[in-house]
Amino acid sequence: MEMRHLSIILAVAGITAILRLLPFLLFGRKGRNIPTWLMYLSQVLPSAIIGLLVVYSLRSVNPFYPPYGLPELLGVATAVLMHRWKHNTLLSVFSATALYMILLRLF
Amino acid sequence: MRLRALRAAFPKTLPVMAGYLFLAIGFGVLLRKAGFGTAWALLMSGGIYAGAMQFVTIDLLLSIATPLESALMTLMVNARHLFYGISMSGKYRQTGWMKPYLAFSLTDETYALLAADKVPEGVDSRWFFFFISILNQAYWVIGSVLGSLLGQMLPFDLAGIEFAMTALFVAILVEHWQKKEARVPALAGFAVSLLCLIFLGPGGFAAPAILVICGVLLLLPGQREAVQ
Repeated sequence: MEMRHLSIILAVAGITAILRLLPFLLFGRKGRNIPTWLMYLSQVLPSAIIGLLVVYSLRSVNPFYPPYGLPELLGVATAVLMHRWKHNTLLSVFSATALYMILLRLF
Repeated sequence: MRLRALRAAFPKTLPVMAGYLFLAIGFGVLLRKAGFGTAWALLMSGGIYAGAMQFVTIDLLLSIATPLESALMTLMVNARHLFYGISMSGKYRQTGWMKPYLAFSLTDETYALLAADKVPEGVDSRWFFFFISILNQAYWVIGSVLGSLLGQMLPFDLAGIEFAMTALFVAILVEHWQKKEARVPALAGFAVSLLCLIFLGPGGFAAPAILVICGVLLLLPGQREAVQ
């Protein structure tokens, strides 16, 4: 069984590494010009992917089942307001997380 | 030069430290419950280093899945990482010997930290990238080993601390929102992902969402000119 387990881990690690390294092998060298449409994408993708990551990290919230995603909603609202107010990432993250942990125990 | 980069990098990684330690401890505990000891935790967090996928891998190890099936599963869950590489290939161009490691360690959170910010004034960017990447992986590995060693006898209840990851992404999104040219892509990313989540479910929506996002961004009239 050990061998099967090791080969599964190797497969997962291998594919993950290929997905992460491939773009650099294709476009990372000097003299290989990145096509303009890809240049454009690489400029706008960071903002778009952050939008995706917010959704991705909340993907298992169920709004139809108590507590209806309320702790998450209030936590996100806190992060937004704190960040607009103080512009301090640490402060936004810690206040939102603390509130979320409290709400999780109340609901 | 290195010390200065480390000093600039460390505070940026603190939100990730909170989230990663907790998630990784959870991973270590689960892996131990599944019958795999600390060596396996080290192997997986050192060699795979992909949060969500490592949790899926525990299920794969316990099931009758073959390595080929595991590879296909990984391809679906982690396809989004291709796009992190594409968007960082410019930034990482001058990083020399560090590049393979920087590419290997480009997780969601590391990508979010490095794609969001300009490197602080007077700090060597290569070492800044390097320290953010390696600190994040250190938290992940340490957490996994801790979880594996402690099993289920954790002395405190930290349920909910994984929200630090969500809060970090939200704070970074707000940051992007304040730059005018980033608003359309940020909104497109958020809205398309939400739609894909609603229609495709939480299991495999990320990769299709990125493809649709790329399509939308390429086809939006006026956007390309606005950025260049």
